Amino acid sequence: MLQLRVARTRRIALIGLAGALAVSMSACAESKRDDNAAGGDKTGGTMVFGATGNPKMFDPIFNDEGETFRITRQIYDTLLQNKPGTADVVGSLAEKWEPSNDGKTWTFSLKKGVKFSDDTAFDAKAVCFNFDRWFNMKGAAAQSQMIYYGDVFEGFAKNEGDATGAPVYKSCEAKDDSTAVINLNKAKGAFPAAFTLPSFSISSPTALQKYNADTVTQSGDSFSYSDYANKFPTGTGPFKFEAWDQAKGEVSIVKSTGGTDTAKLDKLIFKVIPDENARKQALKSGDIDGYDYPSPADYALLRNDGAQVLIRPSFNILYLGINQANNPALKDVRVRQALAYGINREQFVKSKLAEGSEVATEFVPKAIAGYNDQVPQFPYDPEKAKQLLAAAGASNLTLNFYYPTEVTRPYMPNPADTFTAISEDLKKIGIKVEAIAKPWNGGYKDDVQKAGKQDVHLLGWTGDYNDAGNFVGTFFGRSKAEFGFDNPALFSAIAAADAAAVGDAHTKAYEEVNKQIMDYMPAVPIAYPTPALVVGAKIKGVVASPLTDERFNTVTKG
Amino acid sequence: MNTLLNKKKEPIDKLAATAGGGRSLAAEAIRRMARSPVAIIGAVITALFVLLAIFAPLLAPKDPFDRALQDQVQLGRGIIPGSMPGYPLGVDDFGRDFLSRLLVGAQQTLLVGVVATLIGVSVGMIIGVLAGAFGGWVDTVLMRFVDVLLSVPSLLLAISVAALFAKPNQWTVIIAVSIVSVPIFARLLRGAMLAQRDADHVLAATSLGVKRHTVVLRHMLPNSLGPVIVQATLTLATSIIEAAALSFLGLGDPDPSRAEWGLMLGKAARQFLDIRPELAYYPAIAIIIVALGFTLLGESMREALDPKNRR
Amino acid sequence: MLRFIVRRLLQAIPTLLILSILVFAWLRALPGGPAGAMLGDKATPEKIANLNHILGLDQPIYLQYIKFLGRVLTGDFGNSLISTQPVVQEVLDFLPATIELSFAALFIAVGLGIPLGYLAARFRGGIIDNLTIVVTLVGVAVPVFFLGYLLQNNLAEPLGLPSQGRLTTGLDATDITGFAILDGILTQEWDAVWDAIRHLILPAITLATIPLAVITRITRASVLDVMNEDFIRTAQSKGLAEQTIRGRHVLRNALLPVATTIGLQTGLLLGGAVLTERVFTFRGLGFLLAEGIERKDYPRLQALILLGALVYVLVNMLVDVSYGLIDPRVRVR
Repeated sequence: MLQLRVARTRRIALIGLAGALAVSMSACAESKRDDNAAGGDKTGGTMVFGATGNPKMFDPIFNDEGETFRITRQIYDTLLQNKPGTADVVGSLAEKWEPSNDGKTWTFSLKKGVKFSDDTAFDAKAVCFNFDRWFNMKGAAAQSQMIYYGDVFEGFAKNEGDATGAPVYKSCEAKDDSTAVINLNKAKGAFPAAFTLPSFSISSPTALQKYNADTVTQSGDSFSYSDYANKFPTGTGPFKFEAWDQAKGEVSIVKSTGGTDTAKLDKLIFKVIPDENARKQALKSGDIDGYDYPSPADYALLRNDGAQVLIRPSFNILYLGINQANNPALKDVRVRQALAYGINREQFVKSKLAEGSEVATEFVPKAIAGYNDQVPQFPYDPEKAKQLLAAAGASNLTLNFYYPTEVTRPYMPNPADTFTAISEDLKKIGIKVEAIAKPWNGGYKDDVQKAGKQDVHLLGWTGDYNDAGNFVGTFFGRSKAEFGFDNPALFSAIAAADAAAVGDAHTKAYEEVNKQIMDYMPAVPIAYPTPALVVGAKIKGVVASPLTDERFNTVTKG
Repeated sequence: MNTLLNKKKEPIDKLAATAGGGRSLAAEAIRRMARSPVAIIGAVITALFVLLAIFAPLLAPKDPFDRALQDQVQLGRGIIPGSMPGYPLGVDDFGRDFLSRLLVGAQQTLLVGVVATLIGVSVGMIIGVLAGAFGGWVDTVLMRFVDVLLSVPSLLLAISVAALFAKPNQWTVIIAVSIVSVPIFARLLRGAMLAQRDADHVLAATSLGVKRHTVVLRHMLPNSLGPVIVQATLTLATSIIEAAALSFLGLGDPDPSRAEWGLMLGKAARQFLDIRPELAYYPAIAIIIVALGFTLLGESMREALDPKNRR
Repeated sequence: MLRFIVRRLLQAIPTLLILSILVFAWLRALPGGPAGAMLGDKATPEKIANLNHILGLDQPIYLQYIKFLGRVLTGDFGNSLISTQPVVQEVLDFLPATIELSFAALFIAVGLGIPLGYLAARFRGGIIDNLTIVVTLVGVAVPVFFLGYLLQNNLAEPLGLPSQGRLTTGLDATDITGFAILDGILTQEWDAVWDAIRHLILPAITLATIPLAVITRITRASVLDVMNEDFIRTAQSKGLAEQTIRGRHVLRNALLPVATTIGLQTGLLLGGAVLTERVFTFRGLGFLLAEGIERKDYPRLQALILLGALVYVLVNMLVDVSYGLIDPRVRVR
């Protein structure tokens, strides 16, 4: 109690200062936006950050969603990471990395003198322990929850359940304390970028064993996780885990020494406030120092109050999917192009999406290596759309249009609004639209991706790491029920690009693929929506990341 | 013995007991209401609302679905144009004329309220008439079921039911809201049947050899109309408010092109309260006034029918 | 009394059993299900099928139900998808907040409603009476969530009141029972008590409107009824002082129906709490439910509905027992 009182007195003294600061900040909030990145000199203090949802638990390998990763990113490190504010791959726990010519062997030179927050040493053995742990994970339940591991490494030492993939991972050797070599069974375009994935954070081997991290048990229709995941997550990050108070909806982490970086703050509290209005009010009143995903409509107001709205470079794509198998008229490329010409994407982006969002010209966002600014363009032109439809003999086209409900995604903040805007545009070029709304996790994905019941639909993607294959490979790498077309030339071009050597060749190959896709128009890219985060006037040193990979070690308050 | 449940049943049973009064009583009730200012206010609000709902499409100055000013809406900058020439109340987040949407919203809102109430009345009537007319084990089983429904807090029941639907739309809202009123109407009609079982006109008809179902349909049901109308009027008010609450929780119709006050309020209260509060205020005021109108009318009808107030 | 409690509990069993079957069957019939929710954004249909198999969701439904019932009987209601914690634990963690909020709301509703209703009846037809009638009518008609947002956006800042949560984040308050105010009193951390009260004000006002309106109206009606009854007239004719009559006879007799109304309102508060707690991020049961609905956490919803039914049965019983204590006639029956 005593300690708190001291802190509070200090806070009161700061109020006057904060007020003065707020005034000066609001005067030039817009122009000075990037200044935030610089960070302040002041150290210490507590920052409270408003999150939109509950974290699941803190063993990154069993996680796949942003609310948890926001926290684990502060307490763990990965071998490689994204350079702040970009999607460029830079070193983290590994200072250098080197693939073999065939891309199957990756040698990592590790940072020296790093310790986990339980004071055990980080070394090559710890890296191999983690990779081997994932590879050898037992139990169908545990394997089913290792979502990113399954995507990237495809299989386990012993696949349980009905997972059938052949493992990409082969072995890991600790050459010496600071050299780890990871051997793969096959090369993949996802590497090295996939080593930045927060799921592949390196945990303390001692803590993993001590708190039975591998225990995942079924409980009803859900799973329970170990004490490691709930109470003792242990990494090398600038903060260490302190407590997770379920009743209050707060996770607190405190400054840690011995990790890769040192935090300037003493303490960081993540507070769950699902209600948007309540988050905004809490920031106004000073209950919290910042929050994620402010409503675009509030940016101006927030800035007026002296807060800083930090816009993330887009790493999202929203598209209008086209299923050629369900409606023969859509097999004609002119009809698909007519859809592209007929949707007023500029107006949609301007009136419905957040500041910083842009019209999509292809299926990867600009931050990705392989983005091509020379693809064919389809500006809004309803007349041309009508002509194309007429030429294709599809003037009386009727499309069933699927859109999801009960969901918001970074690439689709409001599906129903998006549907309304696009369907009205389609009506203007003479297309009859039959709306079919389904709950996201209650039929939508099944109908659209498995059964292919739709003619057109709304969907999108948030990138996980800087690899164009993570976007276009996922969409168009093979014949899928979602799009209902078979284009062997395109499939093999994507496969070749994925296999191309790391670096320029890889980028070039994907630039070509992106042009090829836009010529074929298997779907209509709509927008690169972009989310933001907002922090109060006193907070310095937050760098908005396209991958929502914001590290708070550089943050200061006051 | 179940104290809370009994407390809930009390007003219903009291209302049911007024059944069977016949035409003269109804006329007397109407006469009494005509003298009560509360009843008149309620009736006027209700009548205006119903007229508005019926003629809304004719009254709306603009097409409520036309995104005429979409170009001027910039959500990313917090801009939704307010009042301007041709658009007295401004536009909504889709650039649609807000006044027209409010007017047409009256129709949609009334529709939700009326359909939900009608379903509640119909299902409640089937249960209540079966129970009341046949008695015995039919009565026991049905009323046990009704008691269970009645004992759950109404909004919680509506939320639970609505949450159980995979795919929320206009109809899931209506069904969720109507389920709340089913037990009320069931109990009401059962009570009304029982109140009349020994009434003169029923005894007369029965002794004349009229078949049981004819007695029920021709005599007992029409005579229960008074209490049903009273309860339906009150139910309409709560239905509209409950539908708005469901919309707020994300259990409402997800189609943003529909103009319904509850939906408009649910969305605007969450998203636009700071940048264009009118988008929430107007539908909220509309809901409050209409709910008030129905409540005033219903309550004064109830009082007028109450034999205790006859002097 | 004990026999009565046991009998009531036994009577509740079939109801709860039927409810469990209904809820279970309904949730199973829904498309989607927990697998899709767990695997998130990038789930493929194959992965969902795999997970369904692991969870045993591809077994015959009656088998699933028997397993489910077996777990429930041992007190295991399953885990939430959102937090991965046992729902029973969540309920225990979140219950104090709802009780605290409901009490605060009832406190306001009763504390204002009874005097207001009494005054309205006493000065029937006067300004207070008419004003009371209008306010009570409007109070019932205002959508609760809208009122919550109105207070949050327009009152919180000017009054310096918190707009969300139960305690200021980072406040170093000792947690013993989960009841913020009670804990503060027990540990004599008075600033924590004050902090908790400040956080309660706006949500409690929001939640109190409907019960306040109802209690006021019932009190008014009940006082009017009693004033017209014979024994009051007798007392008056006996020349008893007006004060004595009002205090001893009118109020006491008028309060009995009011007491049951309060009980009834406690149940209704739970409905309003869903909206209020959601608006103010007041982390109670209503918040838990709203979050479960929004994020389609079916295991949590299933557990909440069943636990809710169980608690409701218990509360009903409790009210009956206490009613019996107030009014001996009931016990005799």
